[in-house]
Amino acid sequence: MSDEVIKHNPLPLKERMKINRQHMPEQAPQARAANFEEVNLGYLPELAKQEALRCLACAKPNCMHDCPVGVKVREFIDLVLAGDYLGAAAKVREDNVLPAITGRVCPQDEQCEGGCVLGKKGSSVAIGHLERFVADYEQAVGKLGLPEIAPASGKKVAIVGSGPAGLSAAGDLIQRGHKVRVFEALHELGGVLVYGIPEFRLPKKIVRQEIDNLRAMGVEFETNVVVGKTVTIDELFGEEGYDALFVATGAGLPQFLNAPGENLNGVYSANEFLTRINLMRAYRFPEYDEPVYNCRGKDIAVVGGGNTAMDAVRTALRLGARNAYLIYRRSEAEMPARVEEIKHAKEEGIQLMTLTNPVEFLGDENGWLRAARCVRMELGEPDASGRRRPVAVTGSEFDLPITMAVIAVGTTANPLVQSTTPDLKTNKWGYIDADPETLRTSKRGVFAGGDIVTGGATVILAMGAGRKAAKSIHDYLATGAWEKVEPQKPALD
Amino acid sequence: MFRIRRAEFLAPGIKRFTIEAPRIARKQKAGQFVIVRLHDHGERIPLTIACSDPERGTIDLIVQSIGKTTYLMNSLEAGDAILDVVGPLGKPSDVSLHGTVVVIGGGVGTAIAYPTAAAMKRAGNKVISIIGARTKELVILEEEVRAVSDATYVVTDDGSYGDKGLVTDKLKQLIQNGVPIHVVLAIGPVPMMRAVAETTRGERIHTIVSLNSIMVDGTGMCGGCRVSVEGKSEFACVDGPEFDAHKVDFAVLAKRNTMYRDMEHEALEEFKARAAEQVEEVRRQCRLEAASAAGGQQ
Repeated sequence: MSDEVIKHNPLPLKERMKINRQHMPEQAPQARAANFEEVNLGYLPELAKQEALRCLACAKPNCMHDCPVGVKVREFIDLVLAGDYLGAAAKVREDNVLPAITGRVCPQDEQCEGGCVLGKKGSSVAIGHLERFVADYEQAVGKLGLPEIAPASGKKVAIVGSGPAGLSAAGDLIQRGHKVRVFEALHELGGVLVYGIPEFRLPKKIVRQEIDNLRAMGVEFETNVVVGKTVTIDELFGEEGYDALFVATGAGLPQFLNAPGENLNGVYSANEFLTRINLMRAYRFPEYDEPVYNCRGKDIAVVGGGNTAMDAVRTALRLGARNAYLIYRRSEAEMPARVEEIKHAKEEGIQLMTLTNPVEFLGDENGWLRAARCVRMELGEPDASGRRRPVAVTGSEFDLPITMAVIAVGTTANPLVQSTTPDLKTNKWGYIDADPETLRTSKRGVFAGGDIVTGGATVILAMGAGRKAAKSIHDYLATGAWEKVEPQKPALD
Repeated sequence: MFRIRRAEFLAPGIKRFTIEAPRIARKQKAGQFVIVRLHDHGERIPLTIACSDPERGTIDLIVQSIGKTTYLMNSLEAGDAILDVVGPLGKPSDVSLHGTVVVIGGGVGTAIAYPTAAAMKRAGNKVISIIGARTKELVILEEEVRAVSDATYVVTDDGSYGDKGLVTDKLKQLIQNGVPIHVVLAIGPVPMMRAVAETTRGERIHTIVSLNSIMVDGTGMCGGCRVSVEGKSEFACVDGPEFDAHKVDFAVLAKRNTMYRDMEHEALEEFKARAAEQVEEVRRQCRLEAASAAGGQQ
């Protein structure tokens, strides 16, 4: 089938391999380090076509297999070559309801692009950049390839949380003809996409567009509802008449280092620092009312090596920090952040302090942070994660003078839903127990997915869980059967 | 959007609001709070729910003008609306039969203590209330508190009403007179709560305080409200807001509450310079919101 579809590339394979990967146009590091505008500017059609020419259209496409939602990469790239950008966007949307978002924030190097054959010898096809291009093109011309909606099923599904897992499930369920309402605890929709990821990496306008698209498809949203507090799961099933429910509340609670001095003024969790900036727009104080520590001219540090840590330290730099350090206890090779984010951070002037670990925060007489006491680390034997365990070097203590610190070392489960739903089973870390295939929980009609099941992961993995949940919820609504049954052979008709 | 049904000043700078919030009104229990955001450039602030009426679908909030957001809120009238109200948040007060409960409310803290005092009375406790205020005209809810208390004492700093002195003077007096006290609940400014904790510590009287730390989301997500309890960090929004007073590090709380003092001052000055304009902006946003909600229902 694929040979029929993949037909627009005029070049023989050898020629395709001679083309270099097309560089993503971006704001100059000097300029962008002082503003909150998006770093990447996006491909123009010529660049996109040139990049698309590089695709070998493999018979066994690793890119699609390595994508958690199975985007038909080969097919959409071929439509780019055909100049049918809207068709390409519609092709992506068949599997991914948030392409403008994933094109920007997916860890492509570990997924689609990680599997690309071209990447073995040179650079992989820039699949993420192409996905972003077609999604932005579609938005710019205002002709959304919104999928068809099945006839109304008469069933109602409640989704708890409007982050990537919840939005993805909502998109799939509404297409299957169910009535869908998404409940959000905060005043703005999008979950981590609005409170966590900064404007310079994912403009809020993009998130609002994707949510408006879901609204156009018929999804209803209600903000300011903390399920577990404002309304319980049992009430949603009972008086509010929902037939199924998907819990996608994310990994909510910030982890701290439990180092002395962590309650000093000037020490933040990454969640708090980023929420003040992204959700509350504190970087525009006093035009916006929410305050945040004034980093201008100050020396600051962020602790951690993931995308959240990168977001926090680059945000502090944009707020005017004089020295912005990223303190990470392993080496750069072990950093979980996207390769592009580390590259961008370094270009902007972030100072990486790898193999370093803060052990205490020191305060002044007024209770404000004045320094972080750190130790140097070295890598020992591999630990349970397979990464080499960092070990403190004796006698290596030193004080790093800083007046703001942001702790970005991960999150744990938020217990709000679980604690008011006693028959919803959790594991020993407080995450919800859900079947890995069906995402069914211990409570009839309740499904769970995303970070509240797996612990902190990525936007696209949460979206993958949302898709899986939507399929599973649809099966449940169609059959009414809850107990897990062996898959039956399709009936012949 | 949440419509204000009633708004009236109880004392200079202290206003009582009745707000339409049917989901919250159905679930609220004594000791819980909401987070409000007045307008689309607004900050999120926690306010304890004074009482609720599940039938009418309303909650009551009592607000003292302290910073920009509370000044702005206290400029709103019946018929106006608030963009975002979310709750009820936090753990409810531990209301059970203890015996004799002394409820202490300092300043606007009386508004927060009142619902728990009422619930304690309903649970069969003997309730002794102490209301403290700077001066006579800042004494609030006296009638309501008296109605749910077996005995009520009012103290003012300047002696303009009730006894002259501090709430702890009255508490010490009760202890010295041999009144058996099983639980003390103290809600008010940090120095007052700290003083009450010190008064009851030696007596080993179980003492509960409701902590007013700085919050953003109110659901445990940000950790900004963390307080040091027996040397361990706890989040006031989800682990509290009520804590065992003898385990709380009030010094850390007091310091953390000053974190944005300069910016709060700047914002308040800016607000006062163009208050009318900003109130009108809140009203404009709520009209837009109402129009779009009406459009959405058609």
